[in-house]
Amino acid sequence: MTDALHTLTAGAASELLSKREVSSLELTRAVLDRIKAVDGNVRAYITVLDAEALAAAAEADKRIAAGDADALTGVPVALKDNMATRGVLTTCGSRILENFVPPYDAHVVERLRAANAVIVGKTNMDEFAMGSSVEHSAFHPTYNPWALGRVPGGSSGGSAAATAADETLVSLGSDTGGSIRQPAALCGVVGLKPTYGRVSRYGLVAFASSLDQIGPITKDVRDCALVLNTIAGHDARDATSAPLAVPDFTSALTSDIRGMRIGVAAEYVPENNDPGVRAVIEVAVAKLAELGATVEWGVSLPSTSHALACYYIIAPSEASANLARFDGVRYGYSYQDGESMWDNMEKTRGNGFGNEVKRRIMLGTYALSAGYYDAYYLKALQVRTLIRQEFEQAFEKYDVLVGLVSPTPAFKLGEKVDDPMSMYLSDIFTLPINIAGIPSISVPAGFADGLAEEQLPVGMQIMARPFDEESILRVAYAYEQATEWHKAKPRL
Amino acid sequence: MALTAEEVLHIAHLARVAMSHADVEKFQEQLSGILTHFETLQALDTEGVEPTSHPLPLESVMRADEVRPSLSREDVLANAPLAEDGLFRVRAVLE
Repeated sequence: MTDALHTLTAGAASELLSKREVSSLELTRAVLDRIKAVDGNVRAYITVLDAEALAAAAEADKRIAAGDADALTGVPVALKDNMATRGVLTTCGSRILENFVPPYDAHVVERLRAANAVIVGKTNMDEFAMGSSVEHSAFHPTYNPWALGRVPGGSSGGSAAATAADETLVSLGSDTGGSIRQPAALCGVVGLKPTYGRVSRYGLVAFASSLDQIGPITKDVRDCALVLNTIAGHDARDATSAPLAVPDFTSALTSDIRGMRIGVAAEYVPENNDPGVRAVIEVAVAKLAELGATVEWGVSLPSTSHALACYYIIAPSEASANLARFDGVRYGYSYQDGESMWDNMEKTRGNGFGNEVKRRIMLGTYALSAGYYDAYYLKALQVRTLIRQEFEQAFEKYDVLVGLVSPTPAFKLGEKVDDPMSMYLSDIFTLPINIAGIPSISVPAGFADGLAEEQLPVGMQIMARPFDEESILRVAYAYEQATEWHKAKPRL
Repeated sequence: MALTAEEVLHIAHLARVAMSHADVEKFQEQLSGILTHFETLQALDTEGVEPTSHPLPLESVMRADEVRPSLSREDVLANAPLAEDGLFRVRAVLE
């Protein structure tokens, strides 16, 4: 048993911990050993916290011995490196924050520490969460545990790869346009983007404030519910945090979806999609029907085709404002040898930001600049209304909508990195969900056909009305219980 | 929508991002391609559609105006590239 502790889910580990069959120290050592064994190949982490994690594990063991453990007490957790951790490097995957050590914890980190979860490290990501492959990390790539020549997806690719490679039990990611769900799909793990406002963004380095949301990346659906239970809820320090009661999400894990109304979103399973990926969803949807749900194909959300343009106006516009704070004055990299204050600031940003971040800042600056605001930014906000309304109408008829997460399985490193439009298109099925602010999950649904030499995971996306994560978890859990995909492990 | 090199430099200046000549050329091509894609939105009739700037129907979130603990000056300045006498040090703004 103890030689495979790193492969456990948080739910299974929690049971063993509470029965005192394993200690958090044993569990944490197993995960740290696993990181030492495989992270040289996967490179999921920017920072590994050996000493801190072992100290936290010892604390957790005391609490478990005292008999007042939470679900995540003693459980190893990895955090995407855009969540502030007091006294621990938080780089956001950027040179400009290469040496930044936050003086405070993000809300989600406070919650995890309060539960005595064990933070084992900070994971790699596309710089400022802008990207779909982690190739835009300023430090190093992360490799897909299923196929090391391929990307893990992004931007939370470090968290997804760490979870898939058993280099942690669970992790947190953030999702602005698909950055939890797409890497979860490409790495064969579960990733949930909660409803906008469900989880406080306090201490999350801001990318696009009306789209960003933190959520769990886990090995199964139960863990998703457990982590969400810990991190969800109102926080006055985030003015957009929803002042709503948080249900016990584990109560949605019933395995019973009889009578649920499930719509297959036509634009999310296009006829002309990669057939190997489309076939996976057809089989998955058939399984949902077999489990007793009422499934209807062909639910149309026609404005989906405008979501990409809408997103790439709104997100960069918000980013250009949010990233104005990186001026080399209060924190971060600072160029000092310029001719003037302005010269220093421009060179700080010119040297400190990578190309994708610069592209987005430039796009946003342009869309918000005099003479273009109405044509770009205002137009995009109107299209946002249309996209949101189409989801509202669909959810009058259906409890959840399902579709693909990503048009393709994991692509090869280098394949899209110099072609921004082609990289942006990999999020075409995930962006509209952030635009509408609704919750959505990616669950492992099989492997793409036609690649005998490499097993590449495919995810199914399940979306629901705002604040109805329970319907998503119910469908995801029932599907998971009826299939074996989540048990498959990459060979490392 | 093709951007000129001058337009790219103007946007870079507005965004306070220093840019090399090679960067200007690359961004000119890439940004023009992306902006061309955005033009698809112009064909969409949005007459009378209210803009959505935010997904939640929250308005004017208020909190009590109370004295609360905040970060210490030492903590705040710990990441400062240059600090002096408990303050951030910057180059002269007006010279």
